[in-house]
Amino acid sequence: MIADFGYGVLVVAFLTALYSVYAAVYGELKKNPPLVESARRAMLLTWPLLTLAAGMLIYLLVNDHYEVQFVYEVTSRSMPLYLKVTAWWGGQAGSLLFWSWLMAAFTSLVTLRKWDRDREFLPWVIAVGGVTMAFFIGMNVFFENPFAKLYQTFNGNIAAYTIQPANSILFTPSDGRGLNPLLRHPGMIIHPPMLYLGFVSFVIPYAFAMAALITGRTDDRWIRITRRWTLWAWLFLSAGLVLGGRWAYDVLGWGGYWGWDPVEIAAFMPWLTGTAFLHSVMIQEKRGLFKYWNMLLIVLTYDLVIFGTFLTRSGVLSSVHSFAQSAIGPAFFAFIGITLITSAGLILYRWDMLKSETKMTSMLSREALFLFNNLLFMGILVICFWGVIYPLISELFTGQKVTVGPPFYERATSPLFAALLLLMGIAPLSAWGHSTLKTLGRAIWKPAVGAGIITAILAFTYTQNVIALVGFFLIALVILVTLYEYGRGALARQRSQGENIFLAFWNLTGRNRRRYGGYIIHISMMLMAIGILGIELFQVETQGTIAIGDSLELSGYTIKYKEVASWDNPGAGVNYTRAVVEVYDANGNLLGNLHPRKDFYFDTQQPMTIPGQLASLKDEVYVLLIDWEPINQESTTFKIFVNPLVNWLWLGSLLFFVGVLIAAWPERDAERVTVRTGKRAHQASAAD
Amino acid sequence: MLNRAKLRNYALPLALLAALAVSLLFVMTALAQDDMPTDDEVNKIAKDLYCPVCESTPLDVCPTEACRQWRELIRQQLAEGKSEEEIKQYFVTYYGARVLSEPPNRLASYLVPALAFLAGAFLLFRGFRMWLKPLAVESAVPTEDAEAFPQDEYIRRMEEELKKRK
Repeated sequence: MIADFGYGVLVVAFLTALYSVYAAVYGELKKNPPLVESARRAMLLTWPLLTLAAGMLIYLLVNDHYEVQFVYEVTSRSMPLYLKVTAWWGGQAGSLLFWSWLMAAFTSLVTLRKWDRDREFLPWVIAVGGVTMAFFIGMNVFFENPFAKLYQTFNGNIAAYTIQPANSILFTPSDGRGLNPLLRHPGMIIHPPMLYLGFVSFVIPYAFAMAALITGRTDDRWIRITRRWTLWAWLFLSAGLVLGGRWAYDVLGWGGYWGWDPVEIAAFMPWLTGTAFLHSVMIQEKRGLFKYWNMLLIVLTYDLVIFGTFLTRSGVLSSVHSFAQSAIGPAFFAFIGITLITSAGLILYRWDMLKSETKMTSMLSREALFLFNNLLFMGILVICFWGVIYPLISELFTGQKVTVGPPFYERATSPLFAALLLLMGIAPLSAWGHSTLKTLGRAIWKPAVGAGIITAILAFTYTQNVIALVGFFLIALVILVTLYEYGRGALARQRSQGENIFLAFWNLTGRNRRRYGGYIIHISMMLMAIGILGIELFQVETQGTIAIGDSLELSGYTIKYKEVASWDNPGAGVNYTRAVVEVYDANGNLLGNLHPRKDFYFDTQQPMTIPGQLASLKDEVYVLLIDWEPINQESTTFKIFVNPLVNWLWLGSLLFFVGVLIAAWPERDAERVTVRTGKRAHQASAAD
Repeated sequence: MLNRAKLRNYALPLALLAALAVSLLFVMTALAQDDMPTDDEVNKIAKDLYCPVCESTPLDVCPTEACRQWRELIRQQLAEGKSEEEIKQYFVTYYGARVLSEPPNRLASYLVPALAFLAGAFLLFRGFRMWLKPLAVESAVPTEDAEAFPQDEYIRRMEEELKKRK
């Protein structure tokens, strides 16, 4: 009953989204404001409707309604309440509903904003948002109904149906299959919502871009309106990626955080174009250049978001992430094609309006360097895209299935990442409009010398690996350049405002949050780069089978096996096997105890390998319990990784969020502030 | 009767042969245990292999039973003295090129993104030349000095403040 009602609500939400598209477009074309207002209200209605549907799905999940196929597939009686709730996005149908629900929340927020200044955008923003939403709700309504129930037909077959087939009876399994244990980790509970938030919030700038194209208001108004949306979208997407990495590191038991899995790349691709977009919109704002390029980037980001969802959800690639497979692929493919062609058509239609207002004047100017940055991001995108589709192409044309694994991506992208680091070092020093080698050289020599000294010290004390030293030099250069620029700004402010240096730093950041938030993000990226360099170049591992009291040695650490125990937790439906090992450093000092674990889930019959981790800024000792003999306990197999510098990655990601929050935090009526500061710019002090 | 007599004649050599065979077996297994490749040697090869079922999970870390058997297969082949290349080739022969971490046709996999990137770079540089050309003509009158150009407003003001400070 509840399930049928839930499906009914979904259908109503689908029709509401379709109506809002119709009313917005027709109302605008016929110059009928009440109809546009009706579209806006229809759009606002979708979120409560989807919330109602989601509420009913959660009710079914929590109350063990296993006659509903989705509930049967993702929950079991032994799962705790919070996992039954979050199982909402633990499977195909539910996560599509989750997508629509978040999307509805975002479009509702947009339609709630004050529209006095740019009312002409409103109908088209509603239309684009509505089309996207109708597509996703449609997926639920037509292909992946989360409320479909299991019926047993007269010939004994059990299958899920939305409407009860003739001569069938409802089939209620006594227990569900349970959520994949890999998805029961806290990281996995937050990772998908973050990623999805990032995905859906990129729809908003896209909707505004399309509205700008349709109305012909192709100035940078749409960019100014969506600047913060884009930053938030970027924040969520980045958080999704980082959390996914942390989850992989803590749960998958392969000693790494990133495996160049096609589905990881699916989420990484919109991040690449989104990051390029964040940089290139500044060119348009400051110099009025490359408007068509920004349009192209946001279109690409939008379609890569849909493509990413398609890859994850359609099962076109089977990988660790593809827990679900279904027949929604063709629909997604068609939607991507249609939106791509329509958007490209609109850009061509408005090509004349998208011409640059000024000319590029120097290959070393800030805008030119941003273009190089875009070239590099697009290069990495092409490598990723090619790597993901190459196996499909190969299978299609030669019939040969191939794997494109980490070696390809690492070899192909690393020169581009290095070039990006170099650009991050130079670009903050170059000026908008014009820079020469002379002006750049004058600004960069001090940080470059500093970076050289740091690299020399590292060469004597830490490593002689040339690639690592080049990497460390670039990282040091970026950090020093950024600090140098930051410091100069603060000193200037200290001088002009008479503030002490800390206050000057604080106020400087507050007054130009985008610039200095960006600087903090750059520094955080460098901290992350230290971690990535460390684990990529210096990770060592060993595996051995030892008896209690024996030890294994790796990279100066001694891991001594103390004991192992195994017990059931019937309530949670898990068997735990936990070993205790001691970690000693090279001098024989005890550093700590680790408890690597193997959990076995009865309902899904799946094991999980939980590492024991001993973290420091220098290294992380990461111990996995691979195998053990239940009877004699004489031979237990451990795998040990020493991951140098990896914790800089997590540290950097924390600072990263601080940076993005500084850049994206809403100002009180941001637009009025811009106008005011614009007026008094000529008399204000530089460091404002 | 004759048969039994014959057998008796052969009994001693047969027994000796059997004893030899048994002892040889013992020695061989003992030897094999000494020479058994370590987990690290196995993992080094398994790292670059992917079984067709657990896609995107390299063989060295895959927890499934099937992958454990594959690793034992690698160990056996290492014990038989096969090289890394021979072992990989063995898996390719039986399961196809997909077991390798990279497509065997390297040229095809690297060429396309490389060409695309070069095309992008070419377009960008051509764009730069096009944008800068009219400028070069204008600046036939020498305005080479950087200061002659309108500087970035923000940086200019900051420089001013810093100068005042000194």
